[in-house]
Amino acid sequence: MNSATLFNISAGAYLVAMITYVIYLVVRNKTTGIVATGLTIFGLISQTAALIIRWANSYAFWISSNPGSGFIEALLRAAPLRNLYESLVFFVWSLIVIHLITEFKYKNRSLGAFVTPIAALALLFIDVSGTTKEIQPLIPALQSNWLLFHVFLAFIGYAAFGVSFAAANAYIVMITEQKTEKTYIFWSIVTGIFLIILLAMGIDFLSLSTAERAHLLESHFLKASFRNPSGAIAIVSWVISAAVIFCIWQFGIGLKKIFAALNLTKDMLDDITYKSIAVGFPLFTLGGLIMGAIWANSAWGKYWTWDPKETWSLITWFVYALYLHARFVGGWRGKRVAILSVVGFIAVIFTYLGVNLVLSGLHSYGAG
Amino acid sequence: MEVFLSENEKEKKDVFESIWKFLASVKLAIFIFIILASSSIVGTVVEQGAEPAQNIQLLAKFVGDQAAPTVYNIFAKLGFMDMYGSWWFVSFLILFTINLIICSLDRLPKTWKFIQRPLKPLSDNALNAQPVKRDVSLKTSMNVARDEIVNVLKAAKYQFSEATENESVQFYSQKFKYARLGAYVVHISLILIFAGAVIGLRFGFKGFLNLPEGREANYVLLSPTERIPLDFSVKCNWYKTDYYGDTTTPREFSSELVVFENGKEILTKRIEVNDPLTYKGITFYQSSYGVLSGVLEDYRVQETPGGGRMTTLQPTFSKYPNPIGRFIITVAPANGQETTLSLRRGEVFTIPGTNVKGSVIGFSPTLDRDRRSNELGTNSYYKDQLLNPAVAIEVEAPGREKFVGWFLQGDTTIVVPEAEHTIKFDEFNGIEYTGLQVAKDPGVWLIYLACIVMAIGLYVSFFISHRKIWINITDNKKSVRITIGGSVNRNKLNFEKEVDRMLSQASKAIEGRSNQ
Repeated sequence: MNSATLFNISAGAYLVAMITYVIYLVVRNKTTGIVATGLTIFGLISQTAALIIRWANSYAFWISSNPGSGFIEALLRAAPLRNLYESLVFFVWSLIVIHLITEFKYKNRSLGAFVTPIAALALLFIDVSGTTKEIQPLIPALQSNWLLFHVFLAFIGYAAFGVSFAAANAYIVMITEQKTEKTYIFWSIVTGIFLIILLAMGIDFLSLSTAERAHLLESHFLKASFRNPSGAIAIVSWVISAAVIFCIWQFGIGLKKIFAALNLTKDMLDDITYKSIAVGFPLFTLGGLIMGAIWANSAWGKYWTWDPKETWSLITWFVYALYLHARFVGGWRGKRVAILSVVGFIAVIFTYLGVNLVLSGLHSYGAG
Repeated sequence: MEVFLSENEKEKKDVFESIWKFLASVKLAIFIFIILASSSIVGTVVEQGAEPAQNIQLLAKFVGDQAAPTVYNIFAKLGFMDMYGSWWFVSFLILFTINLIICSLDRLPKTWKFIQRPLKPLSDNALNAQPVKRDVSLKTSMNVARDEIVNVLKAAKYQFSEATENESVQFYSQKFKYARLGAYVVHISLILIFAGAVIGLRFGFKGFLNLPEGREANYVLLSPTERIPLDFSVKCNWYKTDYYGDTTTPREFSSELVVFENGKEILTKRIEVNDPLTYKGITFYQSSYGVLSGVLEDYRVQETPGGGRMTTLQPTFSKYPNPIGRFIITVAPANGQETTLSLRRGEVFTIPGTNVKGSVIGFSPTLDRDRRSNELGTNSYYKDQLLNPAVAIEVEAPGREKFVGWFLQGDTTIVVPEAEHTIKFDEFNGIEYTGLQVAKDPGVWLIYLACIVMAIGLYVSFFISHRKIWINITDNKKSVRITIGGSVNRNKLNFEKEVDRMLSQASKAIEGRSNQ
């Protein structure tokens, strides 16, 4: 089987796992939970195989265009972390790994319904953004030993932040007493926006035929809804979005009972939030900021240029540094730190995608 | 009078203390985090150091066309257009550093005292109140239990002390107490980064140099008009772009640089992206490339005496500047194999299999005929545009007079009529220059050091914890009771695992010895 087929199988498995995790929250049946975890593990195995095969293919590709290259050098240059597509795939892989570790450590499956949608977002984005899935030749700036370590560590950090985001969201629901609380309204809006984007990308995906999907060259992101050429559809999309957010606000608090029935405690969620940040923060600092700076210095002679990607990583770093200081020294607890964790991951998404899509900078090749 | 003075002093002390407290506070740190993060967001949206029109256009999207220029002016006055260098942003960075230093100085002595305080034995009640607690009774003798507890403590690298009281003995120990300093190590690394950045800004420079092939320079440009002299010079032998196969995707940008000092050649290095040349603390990075239009201007275009816009052919030949570009020319003997050559001006070539020799002696980007003199030459009006490029080639064939002819790009011309040898001018590969970023940063080693320190600090802060453990062994005649109490500053789960492992190891060993 080739890498693309295996990857499609894993993407399918993750999407079905996501639905199963959600059903698990509703029916609270042990077998359903086991099926959800099983599907996730199956998806991970398939994706790991896909990654290894892609690495091998990239290796062969690199050797064919650089015959003089040594084994280690070719292996480093061929690591499948070289463009937007490969990085999104790797993000999903790390997110699932960290999710499964959390699930086994805390012996609780409920968080799956919050983590797998993040993976689904990334998977759908791959298919609707028109980003190339081909193995591309490596441009000179990326031909560095730092590429593998910089991207690898930064993305494991991102994935850990993703898990902390999921846990913090669940935590906010757990501590909500009344629907009028500001934190809960904030939660409804954030969760709502995520769900709406997920749904909108799902519609984008379904509106494309298989042939179109294979040859998508430009972004189809939200083209079927908010960015539809037909004004009426765009307006309807906004109205439906408002309705979705309202429904989440109206019924989201019901999750509290479900979590309680599934033995998910708020201390556990707080612990997962912190632990994931405790793993993500050092990895992100080392891989994202430090190695990025060292690489920039060896490539351009400037370790810091305040380009948008760098600045947004710094903003993300500030948010998580704020979380750690507020929690350990400032004595912040509960709501306020949970909000910081949510904001942190929004900053991560902007650092990762927003900068390439909205702003420009030295990392512009990441958009290809 | 005396009372008044002392009160004044007390007030001064109070003021000093409250300033100190303010500068050391987490609240200030949180405030600075928020300010730096949110202003940085603005800095990434507003394009830094861009043309005013660009940002006015951007602002118009938010505030409308009418208000945009006014809003732009306000933003520009506040330094948002070059924000990271603005006085207030730099002030916040300095305040951030001060906050880091003061808060570390404020807290470090307390932490240090805490770390250095010797661990004391605990009473039963205090031991029972520890966050981690284990309790087990084993049928064995006091001595066996003691031995095995000592063994597991040693195996887990706990250096312990011992206290005896009546029927019981207590071992107490702590390890990784210095893990409590992890956060300070991270703080120090940040201070080192600021120090490194300041050294770099004060004693270093970031410049550039566009060096044409074959040229040498002993300076670096900071801006198009500002140069820094070097006490050596750099020459670019060649610049080259490699592509992947037949695609237009570049595989490598490279140039060969030679360093000369006092007229002597010091070193030659082929640089490429991610692999720069460093000499005397100054590093040359492959950054860009291009065709230098300025060199074409060097090319002494002469106005015709009649006021025409052309150069006359003959006078210009001898006055061409140093040859820098390359001419791609295909030559072939009569009915023979074609050969493509890449030539510099003046380089002599031979058509293979013949005695016909030639050399490029001139180039015209826009060959034209002067209407008054009827001579061929460069139409200087279009000289930057390669409208009708042609080369002048001097051909020397046995038994014929030397002659000079203009060869238009793409045309195959028979040069020796009776033998049908041909010459074709394919293209002119410009006068390429290599674009170099040049940097001197004497602070960069401090930045690297800081990175290592930070990695260590983060590792210690997040993955190592200060563990304290008290183990009571009480003799209950026929059995021995082992009670463990412990505390840890983070990662309680891992610590509990260690305690459980130690306890089960000790129990197994004790049971093993009792059965013998």
